[in-house]
Amino acid sequence: MKATGLPGVAATFQKIKKHAQARWQELQKARAVIMVGSATCGRAAGALEVLRAFKNELKKHNLDCPVIEVGCMGHCYAEPIVIIAKPGYPSIVYQRVNPVIAQRLVREFILGDNPCLEFVLGALEENKLVPGLADFPRAQFEQKVILKNCGHIDPEDIDHYIASGGYSALVKALQLKPEQIINEVKKSGLRGRGGAGFATGEKWATCRHAPGKPRYVICNGDEGDPGAFMDRAILESDPHSVIEGMLIAGYAVGAGHGYIYVRAEYPLAVQRTRLALSQARKLNLLGKNILGGDFSFDIKLFQGSGAFVCGEETALIASLEGQAGTPSHRPPYPAVSGLEGKPTLINNVKTLAFIRHIVDKGAKWFTGIGTKNSPGTAVFALAGKVVNTGLTEVPMGTTLRQVIFDVGSGIPGGKPFKAVQIGGPSGGCLPESALDLPIDFDSLAKAGAMMGSGGMIVLDQDDCMVEIARYFLEFTQRESCGKCTFCRLGTKQMLEILSEFTRGKGKLKDLDTLTGLAEDIKAGSLCGLGRTAPNPVLTNLRYFRDEYEAHIREGRCPALMCQELIAYYIIPEKCELTCDACVGNCTVEAISSHPKKRYKIIDQEKCVKCGTCLTACPPQYNAIVKLSPPTEVPK
Amino acid sequence: MKTVSLTIDGKEIKAPGGESVLWAALDSSIYIPHLCARHDNSAPDASCRLCWVEIEGRLKPVTACTETVAEGMVVNTRGAAALRLARTALELLLASNVVDCANCARSGACELQKIAAHLKVKLKTRRFKKILRNLEVDSSSPLFIYDPNKCVLCGQCIRVCRQRLGIGALGFAHRGFNRRMTTFGDEPIGQSECQNCGDCVAACPTGALCFKAAAAKL
Repeated sequence: MKATGLPGVAATFQKIKKHAQARWQELQKARAVIMVGSATCGRAAGALEVLRAFKNELKKHNLDCPVIEVGCMGHCYAEPIVIIAKPGYPSIVYQRVNPVIAQRLVREFILGDNPCLEFVLGALEENKLVPGLADFPRAQFEQKVILKNCGHIDPEDIDHYIASGGYSALVKALQLKPEQIINEVKKSGLRGRGGAGFATGEKWATCRHAPGKPRYVICNGDEGDPGAFMDRAILESDPHSVIEGMLIAGYAVGAGHGYIYVRAEYPLAVQRTRLALSQARKLNLLGKNILGGDFSFDIKLFQGSGAFVCGEETALIASLEGQAGTPSHRPPYPAVSGLEGKPTLINNVKTLAFIRHIVDKGAKWFTGIGTKNSPGTAVFALAGKVVNTGLTEVPMGTTLRQVIFDVGSGIPGGKPFKAVQIGGPSGGCLPESALDLPIDFDSLAKAGAMMGSGGMIVLDQDDCMVEIARYFLEFTQRESCGKCTFCRLGTKQMLEILSEFTRGKGKLKDLDTLTGLAEDIKAGSLCGLGRTAPNPVLTNLRYFRDEYEAHIREGRCPALMCQELIAYYIIPEKCELTCDACVGNCTVEAISSHPKKRYKIIDQEKCVKCGTCLTACPPQYNAIVKLSPPTEVPK
Repeated sequence: MKTVSLTIDGKEIKAPGGESVLWAALDSSIYIPHLCARHDNSAPDASCRLCWVEIEGRLKPVTACTETVAEGMVVNTRGAAALRLARTALELLLASNVVDCANCARSGACELQKIAAHLKVKLKTRRFKKILRNLEVDSSSPLFIYDPNKCVLCGQCIRVCRQRLGIGALGFAHRGFNRRMTTFGDEPIGQSECQNCGDCVAACPTGALCFKAAAAKL
């Protein structure tokens, strides 16, 4: 291997690294280090109040302990999460911290010696005091690669990233020839984590060998699937890992400029990425003659304006060029003719975050994880009816059952599992019979779903599959750019048919129209959005046809979800005569007492089916039920 | 560029290299339905999704406007899979368009009528539900009437206005089903940059843009 522009580059970086490590070690000398998880999920749960409470309480006691904002550890269900590292103790992770708990932790643990075990989630290291997170059942299945730093370093301090080994892969890469890097990525078998799973190395090679200059590297952070938040978490928790990936990609394909395309709906990700870029630029890890070598590369951040279709690469480029975000026909692929008609490499946030690890540890290490055709790990955002909502990273080939029941701890209240929606609006709903399916790009596609970007929404018996399909179609129809006939008008027709079903007004022959049209939209649409839009409906029909037929034939919604197909009914025998919680809570005064027997009756004509009475009815009576079809209500 | 020979529907034709299959066919008097295609070297819009053909060696039908001719290529414009897609696309367009030929100035010269006849699709299609857009008809221009409910969003008027004339009074706006050809800020055309040259009307394949004079004769 011939060194280019070295040892200058390595020597320069060594100095930067030493400084970062010294700062990191200095941090460990403090009386205690308090790390508050303050990514968007933490902030939504009140992390900023907790942060302020810690600072105020420390000040009150004249304690000089660093309070650091870190990113998301993935345990979103337990936010706000705080890690306290106090010498003599393991690093303890506290869950659901509020300002009062924060004050107590300062007084009793930092000032005193009581680690307040009642608030503990676990410990980072193995120890005798607190169960380690590594002993959690989910830890058996998880393997953190690109989420490793998330929640453990300060994303707003580049030295934390460098001290944890960051930018070493870049320095290593700069000592290799671009072809060597591309070969390594090819050998690793890394597939694009944006959804389609295209071979990353092939894309890089195509871009490098495409004629035309300059070349560009774009990071696609236009994450828009409902219920997916992996890219957001990475950009908020470890932005430098993406920047380092882009730098290596830029060097490998011979690009000098890069863009990070983030949706504007992620203000914290935008802010932290921007800060990361300026910090990297200050250390000459970005910009002209990086670390004093020959390679120059700079990155600009671009905010998308809220269009889902801009996640499609040709639409993203159009948007970046200042045009309306509408896709165009491929080929030519962006790797050959992209931004301004120049060769452009577009990779997803997660794909780029993997690069440093592949360069650092080698392709062999990477292929050792996961399955043969889908090596590496997969990041999933668990949402919906699952106990442990949040992020997880598991090796490819892990089964859906393991992710939902072992990592996610199953469904709240022990309700029966019905389906898991995977891959967002391009994916599909898989039933219980698919739970033992090993997750990888090919197995999911075979089952009718799609890896997608990694959103996983768990559904239980209370979720109506027809309504879920309608919801996703409504989403794609709203987010369709409207350029091509199939997507603009075809999804509208599908949505119309599904809406009729949820109102009990469909006909059986509509099912044939629906499937026929769905197949044509898949085959005929211009871009990936249209071509995958029918997936939620097609998989739904494949696995849950009986539910569609119940809606059509009987006007019955088995999940009791479709408003027009249900009625609320008060069981007279269960109704407590002295209670009128439902009467008081009814928003439209539809509930009154029986003139003689005094149990409550719902006036079905007035009822707007808001469900408030059902929630208001005290659990010890449990007198209100949903019935479907509405004709089930006794006269 | 070098001339290449290819076969379309059993007919051997010659076309300049680099030409799209669509224009190679049209120039040899073989009709393939199309609305958004234009005869120049710019990248195809590929938005109307009507020009489906089957090419030997390819598993699925492709749009003829995005395929470049190649030596020895064998193209079939009447394959079942290609026709199925073209028919669905046309039926979708018709289901969301005002079809009122008896009172339309374009009747007889309308591309939709021509394509429907070619594909043997009835203009009043039954397969899909009629979902109209119910947009306001714009008669603010002194020269022509714009009925967005008859527009198929092919973009021919926009292209003519922007590229050939350099005016750019027209453009696409809004998303999904609401996408429409309109002016900046959805102003009436009469109050826009429009200079009443009428070239957009000539470019329109349907009754969406019609001269007032022609409409008055009905």
